[in-house]
Amino acid sequence: MNQQPWRSLDEFADTPEFREWLHREFPPFASEWPNDVNRRHFLKLMGASFALAGLGLSGCTRQPLEKIVPYVKQPEELVPGNALYFATALTLGGYARGVLVESHEGRPTKIEGNPEHPASLGASDVFMQAEILNLYDPDRSKSVLHGNEVTTWDDLLAVVAAERAKWTANAGTGLRLLTGYVTSPTLLDQIAALLKQFPAATWHAHEPLAPLHATTFYDLAKADVIVSIGNDFLGPGPAQLKYTRDFASRRRATNEAANFNRLYVAESTPTNTGARADHRFALAPQALRDFGLAIAKGNAHPKSSATVLDDLRKHAGKSLILVGDSLPDELHQFARAWNQPLQIAQTTVSNVKSFAELIRDIEGGKVETLIILDGNPAYDAPTDFEFAKKLAGVPLRIRLGLHEDETSALCQWHIPAAHPLETWSDARAFDGTATIMQPLIEPLYDGKSVHELLAALTGNVLTSGYEIVRRFWQVQHPDDDFEKFWRRSLHDGVVAETANPFQVLPAVSPNAKPEVEKPANGAVELLFLADPHIQDGRFANNAWLQELPKPFTKLTWDNAALISPATARRLNLANEDVVELKFRGRSVRAPIWILPGQADDCVTVHLGYGRTKAGNVGNNLGFNAYALRTAAAPWGGSGLEIVKTGEHHPLATTQQHQSMEGRDLIRVSTLAEFAKSPEVIAHLGEAPPTASESLYPTVKYSGHAWGMAIDLGACVGCNVCSIACQAENNIPVVGKEEVARGREMHWIRVDNYFHGSPETPRIHFQPVPCMHCENAPCELVCPVAATVHSSEGLNQMIYNRCVGTRYCSNNCPYKVRRFNFLEYDRNKFENAPVLKLLRNPDVTVRTRGVMEKCTYCVQRINRTRIDAENQNRSIRDGEIVPACAQACPGQAIVFGDINDPQSRVSRLKASPLNYDLLAELNTRPRTTYLAKLQNPNPELKEP
Amino acid sequence: MAQLFQRRANGIANAVIIGGVLLFAGLCGDIFTFGRSDYWTRVDEPQAQTVPFSHQHHVAGLGIDCRYCHTSVEKSAFAGMPPTETCMTCHSQVWKDAPVLQPVRDSLQNGTPLRWTRVHDLPDYVYFNHSIHVNKGIGCASCHGRVDQMPLTEKVQPLYMRWCLDCHRAPEHHLRPTSEVFNMGYETPTNQIALGHALINQQHVAVEGLSDCYTCHR
Repeated sequence: MNQQPWRSLDEFADTPEFREWLHREFPPFASEWPNDVNRRHFLKLMGASFALAGLGLSGCTRQPLEKIVPYVKQPEELVPGNALYFATALTLGGYARGVLVESHEGRPTKIEGNPEHPASLGASDVFMQAEILNLYDPDRSKSVLHGNEVTTWDDLLAVVAAERAKWTANAGTGLRLLTGYVTSPTLLDQIAALLKQFPAATWHAHEPLAPLHATTFYDLAKADVIVSIGNDFLGPGPAQLKYTRDFASRRRATNEAANFNRLYVAESTPTNTGARADHRFALAPQALRDFGLAIAKGNAHPKSSATVLDDLRKHAGKSLILVGDSLPDELHQFARAWNQPLQIAQTTVSNVKSFAELIRDIEGGKVETLIILDGNPAYDAPTDFEFAKKLAGVPLRIRLGLHEDETSALCQWHIPAAHPLETWSDARAFDGTATIMQPLIEPLYDGKSVHELLAALTGNVLTSGYEIVRRFWQVQHPDDDFEKFWRRSLHDGVVAETANPFQVLPAVSPNAKPEVEKPANGAVELLFLADPHIQDGRFANNAWLQELPKPFTKLTWDNAALISPATARRLNLANEDVVELKFRGRSVRAPIWILPGQADDCVTVHLGYGRTKAGNVGNNLGFNAYALRTAAAPWGGSGLEIVKTGEHHPLATTQQHQSMEGRDLIRVSTLAEFAKSPEVIAHLGEAPPTASESLYPTVKYSGHAWGMAIDLGACVGCNVCSIACQAENNIPVVGKEEVARGREMHWIRVDNYFHGSPETPRIHFQPVPCMHCENAPCELVCPVAATVHSSEGLNQMIYNRCVGTRYCSNNCPYKVRRFNFLEYDRNKFENAPVLKLLRNPDVTVRTRGVMEKCTYCVQRINRTRIDAENQNRSIRDGEIVPACAQACPGQAIVFGDINDPQSRVSRLKASPLNYDLLAELNTRPRTTYLAKLQNPNPELKEP
Repeated sequence: MAQLFQRRANGIANAVIIGGVLLFAGLCGDIFTFGRSDYWTRVDEPQAQTVPFSHQHHVAGLGIDCRYCHTSVEKSAFAGMPPTETCMTCHSQVWKDAPVLQPVRDSLQNGTPLRWTRVHDLPDYVYFNHSIHVNKGIGCASCHGRVDQMPLTEKVQPLYMRWCLDCHRAPEHHLRPTSEVFNMGYETPTNQIALGHALINQQHVAVEGLSDCYTCHR
């Protein structure tokens, strides 16, 4: 068995292609022009520009005069040049996660988690970070449309008023409202009012990824043993951040051994949760179901379920069984009963009518008017509903949405929705905690909120979102100090005392019960999962999320049919082979990706791709897995047929990019070994050379010395550090072709290592930013001193000095430097004028020919330093938080002054778990890692 | 065949070579000097403004403090430009019908901001912060000159990096007691160097990192 961890199957097999990739600093053609500029074109351009330069010295003009434009009336709280922060919330599948939004002179630029909010705890997920790009998305719908004609909100109001007269006469017969998952107290109140006013009207909900079961939330921090059966609780979801924080709290390097939890995961396809397991069982969906039922019924099972059950029983009351959405109801019931002691919140299915009932009503010709609030059912409804076709049978169709998407195209009326950062609203977290959402900016395109549309439907006298939301909360708090309550709730971002462990939140009722069936022998099973970054397709037009490498596959801009190495061998398939997936009479063509750790005889496809009207970013990427998804089999099933087409579809994966070539990059040990001898971590790698082995003098840092420690034990590989860094540091998106050339720009990447056999690998994550080496190899080779050391030990990168030789990147053993091969700040993803509003004004926007890399968020260091010096005090420990550390839900990244022995980072670095990456090179990195400890059950043999 | 080149051709060749070198050196020198000239850096070039605002009148004549208009100079990177409302606090009472102030009145009435021409414009890759300079004892006049003597505001320093670094490397030459920062007529004392060193300690000026690249570039 290969003892070294590996990142890709090519690396594992040590193929010539991999060695070729590895031995070139920049991949072949990395310096080539994009396809649309050929050599002849280039010479023409250069000739012309030389001629112009010769004639008019075009590059040499005096600095142009700029204007300063002050306010007419300056807002009271605003100090020009200083950011303000406002608390609000964003929703994912209806559930709120509290956020603090940074605003520069009225333009929101960055989203952070709200520490006061139970579903955020100050951290963020990738969707929260990327939401700011959705706000400025140039493809957002900009006007009310009637058919294809631009019209006005007033025209729509006139139509609605005429309809309302009809509804008043016939009690709303034929009126149907279709929403996603709703937790907004105001909206629920409005819907209730609508249904009261028009009793024959009905409300339906559709959420493509909604669980089919009541959802229950638990206190993970108290669980000693956790068993996940196909439940990716550390992955995207309403309580992801809380779960990650709680899980990490039992995995920290500084923890006592007794405080470590143990995680068993049985799953079909690797997830973030599976990667963190102490024991991971790769089981195809049917086998997974059997494994779960064996535990529920107490039967023995070939895959060690007896040992797992023993461990659960030993920790009864302090153990959890978390069951995935695709598993049968009886397993959920068993788990709920078992988990009862640790339950903290529950949502139950309320009386909202299902989407399936709406389809039946449309078929029966009972629907006269359909109002679709958000969602995108024309794209993501079960394919056997044929929603798009049936929708045409509804006489009046009105849609409120952020984009003119697949559903809008089928409606007569389209209303541009206001973005959550543009409108007043409210929403509840998974535990019921309410947040009043406040706008940061006036609607950019005159968008309307759901509340305003509902008010128009009911003919409410209050028409603005502000009045509607405020009135609702005023009714809840009729006492005199409402103003105080209102201001406090807005300021804190949470409404006090609204958390309720057993709150009944309306959930989406199931479309249909999935059937339970036995697979034929040897049949391949199909599994649907939400895309880790695009989700159900709602984030398809978000270029940050598209380019963020997906965990394990490291694919960007595409989805693929994931299969295990053994199945690929059996079916004679290779990566990027296009196959036809035939499932119960439907078929779709998809490229293959072979994924270590995937269960055998199971194909996983991610939903959310293949959109046709997402926008300029998201159109026609990947394949549409919804084409195979029916109401009866929402999570897949057996009977998949795979037909090789002989075609090829290139995929852009970053898995091999920036490889540091073997060595001891990732250090993992077990709790037991570490307890026996704490030196085990140091022995895992080569001994670092002594300081005297360097020819360069040791520099003393008398003031601050900034450093970072990354606790691999607390990292769950959620990728949020990457995207938080992108948002903070104006990092451009480069597009699929450029990624394939190895030109992606992320300053912090999350490396993904497999260890062991390709069938049952252990999986590890390692976030890699710049190491800020004290003996930095990059600095020695820069001919123009564009990268030099600061007095606090930062490895500075000075863009205005850089001439783009790329020697520094060549000499960097960690591969953390990124080069602007082209004018990425002006490419098709970045050049829309509205995106200028998104830029962080404290960070330079880089241009072509310049090297860039992680700065430890020097703009935040400087900001804090200036604030502290202005107040004549020293910088407090923990006062400077880089964007990655702030977003990290596991609090795995700790930044601070290593000259202060009492700082958190110094104490972490003193741990025997602490190690330097490539210490043998004597670079003396300021960023160090804390090895990951696992806590396997001694009674259970591998895996 | 007669000689193609006459004897004096040697002289011409020498003259051309030497002249060429001199010409090239001279041209380089010219470009160098030109790049530092007041014309190129716009030093001493009063900028035309929508309203011909006179600092001389407002500061020296009326004795208005810098911070009355540049309100954020002590707490933000940006010193702040007065909103139209600030102008109108006085000009709704004095000179309220002056034709020269028509743009100001229009601005308030229509809600359209005034557009001033920037006099001090640093390159976009420089992140200058007013508050730290003012709070550590760099006088306004050290960079902006005697604004109280300018009928129309003009630049007095080239704002080149070398000029910034002169002070960042040896701030003792320019430090004042913080109480004198906004004093336009402050005279550098004869014992400036000694005073400067004392002020570095007294006013907690962190000299060590001042010439780090990241202090201004990021």
